[in-house]
Amino acid sequence: MRLEDEVVRRQRARARIVALLLGAFVVLLFLITIAKTGMNW
Amino acid sequence: MPSLEMTNPAALPADWRDFLALTKPRVMSLVVFSGLCGLLVAPVQLPPVLSFTAILCIALAAGACGALNQWYEVDVDAKMRRTAKRPLPAGRMDRQSALHFGVGLGGFSVLLMGLATNWLAAILLAASILFYVLVYTVWLKPRTAQNIVIGGAAGAFPPLIGWVAVTGHFAALPLLLFAIIFLWTPPHFWALSLFVRSDYAAAGIPMLPVVAGVGNTRRQIFFYTLPMAAAAVAPWPLGLSGVVYGVSAAVLSFVFLVLAARVAANRATEPAQMDAEKHLFAYSVFYLFALFAVLVADRWLAW
Repeated sequence: MRLEDEVVRRQRARARIVALLLGAFVVLLFLITIAKTGMNW
Repeated sequence: MPSLEMTNPAALPADWRDFLALTKPRVMSLVVFSGLCGLLVAPVQLPPVLSFTAILCIALAAGACGALNQWYEVDVDAKMRRTAKRPLPAGRMDRQSALHFGVGLGGFSVLLMGLATNWLAAILLAASILFYVLVYTVWLKPRTAQNIVIGGAAGAFPPLIGWVAVTGHFAALPLLLFAIIFLWTPPHFWALSLFVRSDYAAAGIPMLPVVAGVGNTRRQIFFYTLPMAAAAVAPWPLGLSGVVYGVSAAVLSFVFLVLAARVAANRATEPAQMDAEKHLFAYSVFYLFALFAVLVADRWLAW
């Protein structure tokens, strides 16, 4: 495997993980807001 | 274009699995479990999403401690067989990435805890991170054989934080849970350090077996087990738990004492002959899981 390919593969893998975590954080903040305002699901 | 084999791995962006490894997931599991138990035995309940967030924050803070610990101890880890394959000593990640990851994770966990639950829990979480990193890792660990005794307080915070996240105040039961983990840490870690003491000696870490000898450490393990057992059983006579917990804690602690006595009676100096120490170490992990699980079951049976 070439170095450049490996760098791109790792950058893509990290970008996907960060995107997933940010998405999960947005959902969590939404749910926390709902819970804190008293609308417990 | 150079081939991958010819290149220094640290020149590559670190793999995400190495960031995960920085958080010491196996250690985190016990931290999360004890924090969850502190949260579950509290007399009131949070909405599930806030409970989940509190536990998530405890897990992230534990991960931050692991990352900052590995950032600071990279030279020491490189000298020990047990830790030489970690991302930093193995050269799979640069130190600055580990530092940024640890500080970011720690700050984020404290902020989220404060916003989701209460700021007393957030302050306790911040205190536990700072205690683990500054007091234990930087100050005590390289200087004194009592590092584990005082540093054990860092690992004892989670049940207290879990309780405070729910109630917003301190109480006798979470302080007892703090005391149990605080007193459990020396026998647990000294059992491990007995059969990996050559690693600690090579790395220049003054663990008790290295500084005070194997025999002295074995006696200390037994003596520390006595107050630990007393603290474990204490919630029952104090009326903070029921008979299910009381009897279970007494039985579990008795087995711990028997195993600690076997360690105290062992005369072996070679790690290969230290079955008693290995059994005690393995049992100590089970002991804490079982003790806290029974406490939660006992509280729920009472309601």
